[in-house]
Amino acid sequence: MCFPRSSDEVAAAVGVARRHGRAFVARGSGTGLAGGATPLDDPVVIVTTQMNRVLEIDPQARVAWVEPGVLNLDLSRAVGHLGLHYAPDPSSQQACTIGGNVGTNAGGPHCLADGVTSAHVLAVDVVLADGTATRLGGLEPDSPGYDLRGCFVGSEGTMGIATRIAVRLTPDPPCVATLLCAFDSVEAAATTVSGIIAAGVLPAALEMMDAPITRAVEDFVGAGYPRDAQAVLLAEVDGLEGGVAEQVDAIAEVARANGATLVRVAADDAERALLWKGRKSAFGAIARIAPDYYLHDAVVPRTKLVEVLRRVYEIADAHEVIVMNVFHAGDGNLHPLLVFDQREPGVWDRVHAAGTEILEACLDAGGVLTGEHGVGIEKRDLMPRMFSPDDLDAQARLRDAFDPDGVANPQKVLPRGSRCGELQRVPEGTWI
Amino acid sequence: MTAPGPVVAPVGARTHWEIGGPPTEGAVEVRAPVGVITYEPADMTITVGAGTSFDTLDGVLAEHGQECALDPRSRAATVGGILACGLSGLRRLRHGPVRDHVLEVRFETGDGRLVKGGGQTVKNVTGYDLPRLFVGSLGTIGVLQQATLRCRPRFPRSRWFAGSATDSFRASARLWDGAREAVLFEGVDADVESQGRGLAPLDTPPALPDGPHRGRISVAPGRVGECTAALAGRVRWCAELGVGTVHVAADEADALVHARSVSHAYGGWMLREAGGPSDDDGFGCALPSAALMRRVKDAFDPGWKLNPARLPFARIG
Ligand SMILES: Cc1cc2nc3c(=O)[nH]c(=O)nc-3n(C[C@H](O)[C@H](O)[C@H](O)COP(=O)(O)OP(=O)(O)OC[C@H]3O[C@@H](n4cnc5c(N)ncnc54)[C@H](O)[C@@H]3O)c2cc1C
Repeated sequence: MCFPRSSDEVAAAVGVARRHGRAFVARGSGTGLAGGATPLDDPVVIVTTQMNRVLEIDPQARVAWVEPGVLNLDLSRAVGHLGLHYAPDPSSQQACTIGGNVGTNAGGPHCLADGVTSAHVLAVDVVLADGTATRLGGLEPDSPGYDLRGCFVGSEGTMGIATRIAVRLTPDPPCVATLLCAFDSVEAAATTVSGIIAAGVLPAALEMMDAPITRAVEDFVGAGYPRDAQAVLLAEVDGLEGGVAEQVDAIAEVARANGATLVRVAADDAERALLWKGRKSAFGAIARIAPDYYLHDAVVPRTKLVEVLRRVYEIADAHEVIVMNVFHAGDGNLHPLLVFDQREPGVWDRVHAAGTEILEACLDAGGVLTGEHGVGIEKRDLMPRMFSPDDLDAQARLRDAFDPDGVANPQKVLPRGSRCGELQRVPEGTWI
Repeated sequence: MTAPGPVVAPVGARTHWEIGGPPTEGAVEVRAPVGVITYEPADMTITVGAGTSFDTLDGVLAEHGQECALDPRSRAATVGGILACGLSGLRRLRHGPVRDHVLEVRFETGDGRLVKGGGQTVKNVTGYDLPRLFVGSLGTIGVLQQATLRCRPRFPRSRWFAGSATDSFRASARLWDGAREAVLFEGVDADVESQGRGLAPLDTPPALPDGPHRGRISVAPGRVGECTAALAGRVRWCAELGVGTVHVAADEADALVHARSVSHAYGGWMLREAGGPSDDDGFGCALPSAALMRRVKDAFDPGWKLNPARLPFARIG
């Protein structure tokens, strides 16, 4: 394991790994939930936490150059006084790095309108698997040739290591409104989400929490959520005054039409901050219910939210595990949390079985395997459920183009056998 | 490098037929399917055959008060052509580049495999980002069959104004041709009105420069001023402020050569969109990470059958 301080040191570390026939794995804060940074088979682990400087801020161009180990929230703090922020805001933003965000193409509540990480990364300086350094993308709007920057973002460390990243900064909106809506059924809340989108409103954020998580959060931070609600929605709209007012009205109307028991607009910044604190503390709050949880991540079309959520509860019931839902409802990004105590015999098997069935239900509804956490090891072997052998082969060839020798974070993302004919190939070193 | 057998050129509406390198003589032209495959207005996503024109796409979306801000120069352009060229529209400042609107692509590779990348939901990180790789690849890695696009509600009001709007929040476009600045605001009536206060409304949107020789310069947005000053009357130009794209047009091929050298002097480059000198390679610069790009090309088109002349390194090979 090494902690380089510069791009050159990253390249040197890659060189050492290669000379010793080892693979290497890039690691930021290790908050990734798909096992992307988990070392397998003794690779050299290259940790970026010492590369944590914001190198350059250009408020005019609204661009910042950062090292990969800068924490997501630290970047927004560093530019806050300029009336700017870094838009992707994963719930883990106090702990995760921009490099890790680039690795996973991270999302967050406010990515609904603003887009996930890839829409905010202009250029990445990378050390490739052969140890050479190159720049992908640039500050100019288009780069000649293929969009390798686009390929790299979300490649989970399998295409090299980001050592400097140019990100786009977003101006703070002049006007923001946050609504809290409560419902006496999960279905009413989910129907409201679909209804808001169908009504042509594109909120800045639209988050949902079901009853168990709402109560847990309330006990934990006292965010002002109603304890008796079966589900709450947190909706935020931003922009100019007129548009914000109209969208607030439209959201309130859809919520009431679906039987909302409460529609409250945060009166001031303090109340807004508290409502968000509740949402962002959800995972910490779970510890009050059971010691362990397995957090899933899948996306379904927004029109399918109601039916898929119903399936999620049925599946959890059938496997006798507790499920809680706190998720990015506006883009259909479900995060079913399976809560358990691993000391209970046999519980792991039930949690896994339920989790796999939930993912299957999402795929059956026209969804995808992961919306923001990535494939890593966790979902690697489910990839054939979404992609054909030809699809996987194409992805494997793209990866090989970046890393012909397969040394950058091997065994992640693509399942064994992704390359057409891979199983037929005679293993290296075989005597014939 | 090119394998024996026919070279294949995917064809859209030929609105940018000369982009990049010239099309290969005698190439077999292939076309993509036309028509809407699925449209779920409540999901704000649409899947169309790649041969569908923007005009058709926009018409279908408009019926449900939605749009997809691809904004091609010509409404006849096909979705496949727009994605392959990757030329972003004038509202990029607010709506983002073409690549941000694409959720899933299905294309046929050079060795005849049908490959899907991305997914049809509005959020997805499953597997590598083939949609972004496809955008701007100029038909050199695959023949697009269909694409799923992200849509958004149409704005109730959209209006161009003359005047400077440096500090305006979320202007949709800011154009500058050296004489005049024009700004586009979109939103609800009250907001568009308040943003346009003190500016003169324009009855027609500003026109981009036109001519037999056309290109688009990409420079860092902060260098647009110096770069356009150096163009000095030899070409007609219009810059997208805040973005860094400068559209240039001229009557003489030489003027485009001049514009390109200016772009290089300010750290940018120029993609030739039409015309230009006959020996021009369309890009006029060494591609960055060329060896890597070449391997990417190999990965999808091992026989170099697809549009081999559109990218500069293709001909060097
Ligand atoms: C409580 C909690 C809440 C979370 N909420 C969200 C959320 O809302 N949205 C979301 O998207 N995620 C969320 N996550 C997941 C996680 O925080 C993100 O995936 C984050 O982007 C990982 O950053 P990291 O620095 O911890 O990266 P790591 O976990 O260290 O690495 C993640 C992946 O990126 C690669 N990587 C790391 N650094 C680099 C680099 N410099 N160059 C190339 N590749 C690199 C690694 O190899 C690995 O594959 C949450 C996690 C937790 C624990």
